[in-house]
Amino acid sequence: MFEIFGIPSTALFGQLLIGLINGSFYALLSLGLAVIFGMLNIINFSHGAQYMMGAFAAYLLLQYSDIGYWPALIVAPVLVGITGVIVERLFLQWLYKLDHLYGLLLTFGLALIIEGVARNHFGSAGMPYTVPESLQGGRNLGFMFLPNYRAWVIVASLAICFVTWFVIERTRLGAYLRAATENPSLVRAFGINVPRMITLTYGFGVALAAFAGVMAAPIYNVSPQMGSELIIVVFAVVVIGGMGSILGAIVTGFGLGVIEGLTKVFFPEASNTVIFVIMAIVLLVRPAGLFGRGS
Amino acid sequence: MERAVDPLQSAQSTVLPASKTIAFAIMVVALVAAPFFTYPLFLMQAMCFALFACAFNLLIGYVGLLSFGHALYFGWASYLSAYAAKAWGFTPELAILTGTATAALCGLAAGSLAIRRQGIYFAMITLALAQMMYFFALQAKFTGGEDGIQAVPRGYLFGLIDLHNETAMYVVVLVIFLAGFLFIYRIVHSPFGEVLKAIRENEPRAISLGYKTDRYKLVAFVLSATLAGLAGSTKAIVLQLASLTDVNWPMSGEVVLMTLVGGLGTIFGPIVGSFVILLMQYKLAIVGEWVLVIQGVIFVACVLLFRRGIVGEIANRLRIRL
Repeated sequence: MFEIFGIPSTALFGQLLIGLINGSFYALLSLGLAVIFGMLNIINFSHGAQYMMGAFAAYLLLQYSDIGYWPALIVAPVLVGITGVIVERLFLQWLYKLDHLYGLLLTFGLALIIEGVARNHFGSAGMPYTVPESLQGGRNLGFMFLPNYRAWVIVASLAICFVTWFVIERTRLGAYLRAATENPSLVRAFGINVPRMITLTYGFGVALAAFAGVMAAPIYNVSPQMGSELIIVVFAVVVIGGMGSILGAIVTGFGLGVIEGLTKVFFPEASNTVIFVIMAIVLLVRPAGLFGRGS
Repeated sequence: MERAVDPLQSAQSTVLPASKTIAFAIMVVALVAAPFFTYPLFLMQAMCFALFACAFNLLIGYVGLLSFGHALYFGWASYLSAYAAKAWGFTPELAILTGTATAALCGLAAGSLAIRRQGIYFAMITLALAQMMYFFALQAKFTGGEDGIQAVPRGYLFGLIDLHNETAMYVVVLVIFLAGFLFIYRIVHSPFGEVLKAIRENEPRAISLGYKTDRYKLVAFVLSATLAGLAGSTKAIVLQLASLTDVNWPMSGEVVLMTLVGGLGTIFGPIVGSFVILLMQYKLAIVGEWVLVIQGVIFVACVLLFRRGIVGEIANRLRIRL
């Protein structure tokens, strides 16, 4: 064991790892928010609640139908994504012509409903979700101990982020999406079903949040309020990164997670607030955000 | 404001429209008579929240800025007011002033950051800054952490009038509420208020007319934060308590809900809304956690079906302005 700036290396690398884990979730959630905002012009306040729904879906699948982690990683996002499609058809589609604020207020209301129902059914206490057998244990890297599950979370979220970026920036479907973001009526004139694309985009964004929720279940306890505090931090991440760029959302998410982890080592009192402080500084220096194109 | 010829000046009416005068008179009579019929403590609490919602409405209703972090000003003012009254032994009016001044300073700092971005980002920034200040309140020693500041003495107003007397306290809260309300009314119906509405309707156009819209937005933000602080400080003295609930994000959501239910951009809406929501919370205290679900349902219903809110609907039906 050696020391860096008077901090034992194991503590430093341990917090760095936690930072990367948190960063994975920031990246996945801000990515979903950015994709949804791009198409729907709505800030999805219920994103945190839908992340929580993903974790609960995994928990319930295990409890009642004996469906384990790996199938849940597919099934839970699909189920929650379907609820997203229903929400878009029932509620959100009526708001596109109105001020952006109404979308935020409606999804805030949805978040309250989802969290309230979860609290009534499961109480506020968290429930544990065991790490899948194939990912239990870990390896000693010499300078630190790396649990297998945590390594998997980082790799998986990087992969998902990359796939999302690739689909949106490099494929024909992504080209349609980007075109519809710029000018929906023109894209419709070319015979592309834009309303359906919008519905599916929302479903996909919600599924992304649920996917993050399933991955989070073994790390944090599954609890009704796991999403509401996270979503506020993710908002700050989005303000810092700007929602113009997919890659920006990913880089900002991971970067801020690491900075938060390091703050926990060197100045633990500020670890809760460091992301908000960075947001304030970015607003002073670069109001449009690090990767933003104007506001 | 300092210009010689204000193109918007002619648009504003100098006389109080009859409908608003009548509504104001009804409200004053109702608030004077109400303590004879129901719990004064509930009414005082409701008036504090009504002032809070009116302050919030000044931003969303008249400048079109959605602040999702108004709990910051309400809560921190409440803390400072309670602390000044309890630890420093300030008289209630000085304690309330201390809290209000704190909110004004917080509003100046947060406002000058938040107005750097528009629209939806504004809401996210205000929410994030409020969450930051929530964590400060959680960690700071003087706030008492999870316990909050309890058993705040109501003290003697100007060192003379004992506010433990429920009637005296009620009169003080009523005066503060009405003064705050009339102040907001004055702001909204001043040339300054007309510029704010112009910014709400079309900011680029207001800029092209030569208005420094950022400065107007900041002044409106600070005024709103200050009045929210006045409400929070008064609440701390009335309920003799300042706690984390006042400064946490659900409080920010609650004030949005009150204003939305009453009617965004109507002068009386936030008052009706806060009485309705508080009454609902009292009546539904037995159902416990379902309150959260019900609040959520009201949010969704208001956004989809009643965007005008209660007062907005009434005004629309009767074809009057409230």
